[in-house]
Amino acid sequence: MSDGYVTPDGRTIGGKVLEMQNITLRFGGVVAIKDISFDIREGEIRAIIGPNGAGKSSMLNVINGFYHPQEGQILFHGEVRKPMKPYQIAKQGIARTFQNIALFKGMSTLDNIMTGRFNHMKTNIISQMIWQGPAAREEAENREIVEKVIDFLEIQAIRKTPVGALPYGLQKRVELGRALAAQPKLLLLDEPMAGMNVEEKEDMSRFILDVNDEFGTTIALIEHDMGVVMDISDRVVVMDYGKKIGDGTPDEVRNNQAVIDAYLGVDHG
Amino acid sequence: MRASVLPEGLDTFPKLLARNATQWADVPAYREKEYGIWQSWNWAEVHEEVNALAMGYVALGLNEGDYVAIIGRNRPYLYWAMLAAQAAGGIPVPLYQEANAEEMAYVLEHSGARFIIAEDQEQVDKVLEIQDQLPNVTQIIYFDKRGMRKYEHTHLNAYSDVQAEGRAGHARLAPVLKERQARLDENSTCVMLYTSGTTGKPKGVVLSNTNIIASARASSEFDNLNAGDSVLAYLPMAWVGDFIFSIGQSCWTGFCVACPESPQTMQADLREIGPSYFFAPPRFFEGLLTNVMIRIEDASPMKKKLFHKYMAHAKKVGPDLLDGKPVSFGDKLKYKIGDLLIYGPLKNTLGLSKVRVGYTAGEAIGPEIFEFYRSLGINLKQLYGQTEASVFITQQPDGEVRADTVGVPSPGVELKIADNGEVYYRSAGTFVEYYKNPESTADTKDPEGWVATGDAGFIEESSGHLRIIDRAKDVGKMADGSMFAPKFVENKLKFYPDILEAVVFGAGRENCVAFINIDLGAVGNWAERNNIAYASYQELAGHPQVYDTIQSHIEEVNKSVARDEMLSGCQIHRFLVLHKELDPDDGEMTRTRKVRRKLVGEKFNDLVAALYDGSGSIYTETEVTYEDGRKGAISATLELRDVAVVPVKGEVAA
Repeated sequence: MSDGYVTPDGRTIGGKVLEMQNITLRFGGVVAIKDISFDIREGEIRAIIGPNGAGKSSMLNVINGFYHPQEGQILFHGEVRKPMKPYQIAKQGIARTFQNIALFKGMSTLDNIMTGRFNHMKTNIISQMIWQGPAAREEAENREIVEKVIDFLEIQAIRKTPVGALPYGLQKRVELGRALAAQPKLLLLDEPMAGMNVEEKEDMSRFILDVNDEFGTTIALIEHDMGVVMDISDRVVVMDYGKKIGDGTPDEVRNNQAVIDAYLGVDHG
Repeated sequence: MRASVLPEGLDTFPKLLARNATQWADVPAYREKEYGIWQSWNWAEVHEEVNALAMGYVALGLNEGDYVAIIGRNRPYLYWAMLAAQAAGGIPVPLYQEANAEEMAYVLEHSGARFIIAEDQEQVDKVLEIQDQLPNVTQIIYFDKRGMRKYEHTHLNAYSDVQAEGRAGHARLAPVLKERQARLDENSTCVMLYTSGTTGKPKGVVLSNTNIIASARASSEFDNLNAGDSVLAYLPMAWVGDFIFSIGQSCWTGFCVACPESPQTMQADLREIGPSYFFAPPRFFEGLLTNVMIRIEDASPMKKKLFHKYMAHAKKVGPDLLDGKPVSFGDKLKYKIGDLLIYGPLKNTLGLSKVRVGYTAGEAIGPEIFEFYRSLGINLKQLYGQTEASVFITQQPDGEVRADTVGVPSPGVELKIADNGEVYYRSAGTFVEYYKNPESTADTKDPEGWVATGDAGFIEESSGHLRIIDRAKDVGKMADGSMFAPKFVENKLKFYPDILEAVVFGAGRENCVAFINIDLGAVGNWAERNNIAYASYQELAGHPQVYDTIQSHIEEVNKSVARDEMLSGCQIHRFLVLHKELDPDDGEMTRTRKVRRKLVGEKFNDLVAALYDGSGSIYTETEVTYEDGRKGAISATLELRDVAVVPVKGEVAA
């Protein structure tokens, strides 16, 4: 399946956006990721799952350029990616959210999401201070994109609320909003549903599906909640102790013995 | 046949719209906040949009007399969808957007709607879920395209595409519209609105152009509404009041209808728009006042002192000033200062500074709440109406406003009180019939046009104002034959900010008992200030201190009830605080949030029984419906408490 596939619900998935080849990541003597390979294809929702400490977040940090793997290489649109700083990777169209919300707590929802447009702003600080012509125009253009994100995520009511005063579920949504404001081609979500109640999880699942459907954004997500992952993703990578133990469609993964063992434990009797 | 009550050439909505498009071409007709900015459309633009959509309907095969269902929240596009239905010779039928698929199925099936205009994917999904039961539906038109791409589109069209098709076929379709509109007159059906169904299935109320336009016209003249006024449309589109305000009065007087950005932003949007004409049910004003009081409690001592000092003064002279009664110069000056420091900023925060005419209706409003707003200088009045009357039956004229009456008959309305106390009315707004239900029509409306309201009341001789006692059906007898009027007691209970809902039982019984729903906002804030920890609504509702508070409220109410000779038997002997909020999704309330007393009594019959058998606590399990329609169960052990009652003459102390 070198040139994509068609999902059961009829979406066409394209070629490889990102390909991880034999990635190994070590922190001193600790091996966080051990010889893992997988790919993420254009337009798909790709999940990375695994028990605690399996190395999922480390994997996301590798994709995101925050960690540099000691071994292996990353192909981005078929070309080997040089080690880069996270901001350079962000400029390539990769945006992410964090497991522990990383928003500016004292700033409003609107301002937080505006920061997602940072890489798209070109006027310099002087002209922004003078606030005439290009800078004002640029702000208005970016604000329009941000307002569309706010509308999309249905958070108009908290537009001006300081983020620190919002409940957890909404903060998660604002964080997704900030990532979306960057209009990414690839969106990385680190446990988007952690700590949420059932209703919030359903809302978030809906938004993830809608983002994928509406903007054609490729999404890679890490998630604990197996039920949610199986419902919304096209393909799933399963990790355990830094190794890949499964890869395939949700159904394939669900019936994979190694995965069942990792989640339910192995009978040593 | 009665002679026409409408002016020549203004007897249908297409005609009104055409007039507005010339007379007020540049006057804003509709506004909506989208992407953080208020968008606005003037009457000329609205006329064009409506016609384009109407032509699109025709192109899709809408016939004259077809019913067009509209489902969604208040948005200009959906109001135009209703106007377009009329322009194409059809009849709009707005539905409650929160209704679940099952409730929707009944109305759609009963009305036989052929076209459905749905706001977004959520509403389309609900319709698709029940489409097997709806053989009449031929087209579904959706406004918001989000998530709709993958749907099978043979009978599904986007609103903008329908309009585009209408515009493209202008040469062919405009003459069709013209012919159809020429066949409409004052007797044509203007709209069909379903009652919320406090008892039994909803009924389709057929209202003619005469009904709506005459009612809109009379009420606009009553309060001098004009093209310079504005309203915020936030109440359900399926409710008759919204239709009269946002379509009827707006088209008649040309005033601007503003739609909120989302249901949650209503309060902020209200502040930004600052409407001059405002309607809200009593619970809105209660909630707002509760919020104000909570925030004052949290304010600095200085601010608190200032607030209470000036509010006391406002209470003293505010209502008199509003009614134009003489007030001493010193008091006037002090009120001015108060206006500068407190009343003005407060009204501004509430979004009510520009309100020239404010109405509340639907339920009784607490005298203190009512006085609070009037003392701030907000001209809040009461009206009494129902769907069958095209809203207006009675309303309060400026200068004759009181908390305990619902006003004098609206212009053109005749009132009479039957021997059993039931209120009857007759007016140009009186509905044509219940759709496909001649028996109910005959039961409600007699051949002379008198309509039974179902409410018991009397006309006060000194002022000519109508006073409502209770739902005629709810008024009953207790075991000893004394009068039982649950609403009377419930309203007194609901005037306490801590109590959101109360349901009183007692028909055919020895004494009365009550279910209480606490107001999470008010009680939660109280708990926070008193360091009372709670994890859930249920836990807070069952807290002993909450019970103490509620008990003291009930004892106060008992004292007040005991003073009323006729109703002193309605004192509450025992009560419990319910572990869940009464909810329309569980069928315990109507979509307009009126309690379905009978259903609540049946659903919680174990609790009612426990209140009467004297037990101190009871374990219960209740089925709840989540917003997405799934069901779950909650269980709780509820405390039941006795309340002190005031001995009444002739009653032997036990």
